[in-house]
Amino acid sequence: MTDQKNFVEIRHAQKAFGTLEVLKDISLNVERGQIVAIIGPSGSGKSTLLRAINDLDPLTGGEIILDGVQVNKTLPHRQYENHINEMRQQIGMVFQHFNLFPHMTARENVVMAPKMLKGLSKEDADALAVEQLDKVGMLERIDYYPSQLSGGQKQRVAIARALAMKPKLMLFDEATSALDPELVDEVNQVMKKLAEEHMTMIIVTHEMDFAAAVCDRVLFMDQGVVVEEGPPEVVFRNPTQERTREFLRKHLAGAK
Amino acid sequence: MDIDLMLKVYPFFIEAAWVTILLSVLTAILGLTCGALGAAARLSRFALVRFVGAAYVSVFRGTPALIQLFILYFGGPQIGIQLDAFEAGVIGLGINAGAYMTETIRGAIISIDKGQREAARTLGLSQWQAMYKIILPQAARLMVRPLGVNLNMLIKATALVAAISVIELTYTAQRYIGSTYKPFEMFLLAGILYMIIIYVTGRGVAWLDRKVQIN
Amino acid sequence: MGLDFSVVPQYLDIILLGCAWTIGITVAAAVLSFFGGIIFAVIALYAHWAIRQPFRLIAWVFMGTPLLLQLFLIYFGLVQIGIDLPAFIAGIIGLGLHFAVYNSELIQTAILSVDKGQMEAARTVGLSRSQALRKVVIPQAVRAVIPPIGNNMIALLKDSALVSVIGVSELTLSAQRVIGRTYRPFEFYLMAAAFYYVINLGMEWVLRKIERRISISR
Repeated sequence: MTDQKNFVEIRHAQKAFGTLEVLKDISLNVERGQIVAIIGPSGSGKSTLLRAINDLDPLTGGEIILDGVQVNKTLPHRQYENHINEMRQQIGMVFQHFNLFPHMTARENVVMAPKMLKGLSKEDADALAVEQLDKVGMLERIDYYPSQLSGGQKQRVAIARALAMKPKLMLFDEATSALDPELVDEVNQVMKKLAEEHMTMIIVTHEMDFAAAVCDRVLFMDQGVVVEEGPPEVVFRNPTQERTREFLRKHLAGAK
Repeated sequence: MDIDLMLKVYPFFIEAAWVTILLSVLTAILGLTCGALGAAARLSRFALVRFVGAAYVSVFRGTPALIQLFILYFGGPQIGIQLDAFEAGVIGLGINAGAYMTETIRGAIISIDKGQREAARTLGLSQWQAMYKIILPQAARLMVRPLGVNLNMLIKATALVAAISVIELTYTAQRYIGSTYKPFEMFLLAGILYMIIIYVTGRGVAWLDRKVQIN
Repeated sequence: MGLDFSVVPQYLDIILLGCAWTIGITVAAAVLSFFGGIIFAVIALYAHWAIRQPFRLIAWVFMGTPLLLQLFLIYFGLVQIGIDLPAFIAGIIGLGLHFAVYNSELIQTAILSVDKGQMEAARTVGLSRSQALRKVVIPQAVRAVIPPIGNNMIALLKDSALVSVIGVSELTLSAQRVIGRTYRPFEFYLMAAAFYYVINLGMEWVLRKIERRISISR
């Protein structure tokens, strides 16, 4: 069994596009069951870091380790494919623009991956869909198509879809940034519930209030480095770094 | 306008129309197959395969279909390919159409939002599973209308086989113009039949397009 | 029978002459199809109802039938009504009309999409309708439509091979003449294809230059 303290390890993460360095030597450990928020201005690299965790945007240097297994292994193509697909089944991701499959109902969206990858029977798959969609409050619209759902509803289905694979880790990439303000809360509620169930979560967000309320740790990133890190009370109320203070001043004063 | 003449000869045009239809169907099938293969090639992860695909599109869209037909039919025997005119027509036009369809199919596939691929891969699907379950079903819905345009072009392109003496609509028109000296009437007969074929095909495409839309 | 490319150089002059004809016919037909397209578009959009409808019908027929069939109509039809034109003129007219119809569709769309406000602005400054069209709307529409029309012109180049069927000595027919003498269809049709491909590349190059010029001056 792995060290609980180093459930997710990011070691010297580096990402460069030619000469442009988007991530400059970032190291981070996340405990099992911890909720980590990453905040920062656009271009700070926070989304890039998140997307490196499941190797969606592979790092150019450094390692990502989940529960003792390195995620971003360099392997010959076929082996890499098998490895990364297996790893990704353990990591759930929720996108800013939902990315629901438009040609499938909510039920089908949720059930597709478990059926295809875990060989669930029709009854088990249906039970799973009902369970997950109920959890996010979308049971009523289980057979609706994404085009028939509001933004908040779509995102909740997206969360259910990710949860259906029973991941060890959930990644949220600005999950509420594309939502109309009235719809943000319903998604936040779902995420809060997940936090209460001790799911390990890494959340890239602009929602400072939400981060403060739900997260155990906050990271402030700017220009590819982690500028400041700590519990929300410290980072938000008494930041030690000037850059953090400046960012918070701009962000909390203006519209979200 | 010589209606009596038209009434006398139109049966030959009807017969020829069936040949045009048969040519169109066979060519379309071959074209779609080549198009699918070409698109797959252009999207391959192997640079060499991608190059072959791109070369196929460039060469067959960049030279006249008539010349391609002539190379196959007249030049074929020199490299051991002996085809009759009808066969050469189908194969030549089919490969030609395939180059255009490759771009149509490929265009539809790459137009699918990359977030779709990302979501599928994030769930743990392999490249092939993501393509098969998520990308292609969506791309297929986008492809129907543009492929319909390709099909339209293809039907008109079948006229080229008149140049290698396949007895289809255009050949028949030319033949009867030669014997009756009534080009306008013969044009009308062939033209109306072409337009009927194209109209019916267009309705079929529109129907298929409607059918594959989501809800 | 096999392949033997060594015979090609001897007949290069005939082939090149055919190329020249192909380029000439293509350019002439392209110019015709460009201005014809503008005229047809204006007629289709603004002419009196009695002229517009039959016009649209003819356009529909031209877009729904093969070019080769249309070439037969024009070539033999002209002879029929007593106008005995050389085949290449009939070819240019046939190609030009065919593509003028397609271009007119593109131009109509472009004209309609030019901001309606442009027309109103032009009128309030005192221009008559036809002046407004000529000076304000059409120039803008034409600018927008150059790229797709450029593609039509490249298609025209390839379709120019069809005029060989009505006896015009362009590249394809020249190749056929040489093949008649040498009995080497593969070699010479392949040569012809190569020349078409090169001319095609040339046209695309020119087209891209024109497009760039236009987008800069916007």
